[in-house]
Amino acid sequence: MSAATDYLLHLADNALVLGQRNAEWCGHGPILEEDIALANVSLDLIGQARLLYQLVATLKGGDCTEDKLAYFRDTHEFRNYTLLELPHRGPLSGYAQGDLDYSTTIVRNFLYSALMALLWEALEKSANADLAAIAAKSQKEVRYHLRHARDWLVRFGDGTDESHARAQASLDHLFAYTQEFWAHSPAEAAAIEAGIGVDVRTLQADWDAIVDAALAEATLVRPAVGGYVTLGKQGIHSEHLGFLLAEMQSLARAHPNGAW
Amino acid sequence: MSTALKEWPLWEVFVRSKQGLEHKHCGSLHAADAAQALDMARDVYTRRQEGVSIWVVESKAITASNPDDKGELFDPAADKIYRHPTFYEIPEEVGHM
Repeated sequence: MSAATDYLLHLADNALVLGQRNAEWCGHGPILEEDIALANVSLDLIGQARLLYQLVATLKGGDCTEDKLAYFRDTHEFRNYTLLELPHRGPLSGYAQGDLDYSTTIVRNFLYSALMALLWEALEKSANADLAAIAAKSQKEVRYHLRHARDWLVRFGDGTDESHARAQASLDHLFAYTQEFWAHSPAEAAAIEAGIGVDVRTLQADWDAIVDAALAEATLVRPAVGGYVTLGKQGIHSEHLGFLLAEMQSLARAHPNGAW
Repeated sequence: MSTALKEWPLWEVFVRSKQGLEHKHCGSLHAADAAQALDMARDVYTRRQEGVSIWVVESKAITASNPDDKGELFDPAADKIYRHPTFYEIPEEVGHM
């Protein structure tokens, strides 16, 4: 696979997997207004994924389509950050169930949106004009996602004893996964070399500033990170992605070439 | 730490559309404060490009007329058709009024 398509798939899979995760709140939101807000965020993300998959399908040619990329690839072919496939709850393994936890949703959206607000902006200068155009559109969307998640992060952190404890627990659970942002995959390195991609490490100081300012306002403590760095963007995922894809892909696989 | 707000206040939402000259009332929602009400209004009431500007006002800040007073407040205007500017020709240069 070329540097461009592998890198575009990484961006697309990020958007699709988080869009699918957030869509789990549809009809189950803590309040009506948040139910709609999360569905809006999901639709933005799925829209970004579609544009990127369409671009990949064009570059690959043949009979490749956006639907084939979204619905007929398996776990090891997905290139999203592991962070984005985790369930909306604290550490659990396999198909263990627990109540959906909104603070996990908010903390994850915050950590990812803070990165994408910077990355989409930088990608507006990509050597690939199509990607630059998608970045310009996505930049506006993600600025709102960041605003939404940051607002709730501060309300939770600087809220009641319970909301503070839950927000801190979510942060402690998820923060180590952000290490993956800064570790280059071969696909990213090739895309940076080709001028298509952006070296995320050049954005790390700005990301730290966004995160630290929000955490200070939210009276939350930034967890120390270390240990295993996840490799989702290289196709090595947690056990959770398989369950997510099974649900997301089942309809398309049961009715291949179905139209509605 | 603040104590939990069990009941969020109600807010009235006003949206100005692209062509519209004024903000129009379009509904209400519950939110913890004004900033949050504004964000929620964006998500609830402008998903289909309905607006370019939003106002939110806490519902309790609105003083409303009593429906029972309808007779004395509004009926006396019914027979005063001379208050309608229908007896004037508006010059074209004036444009929209």
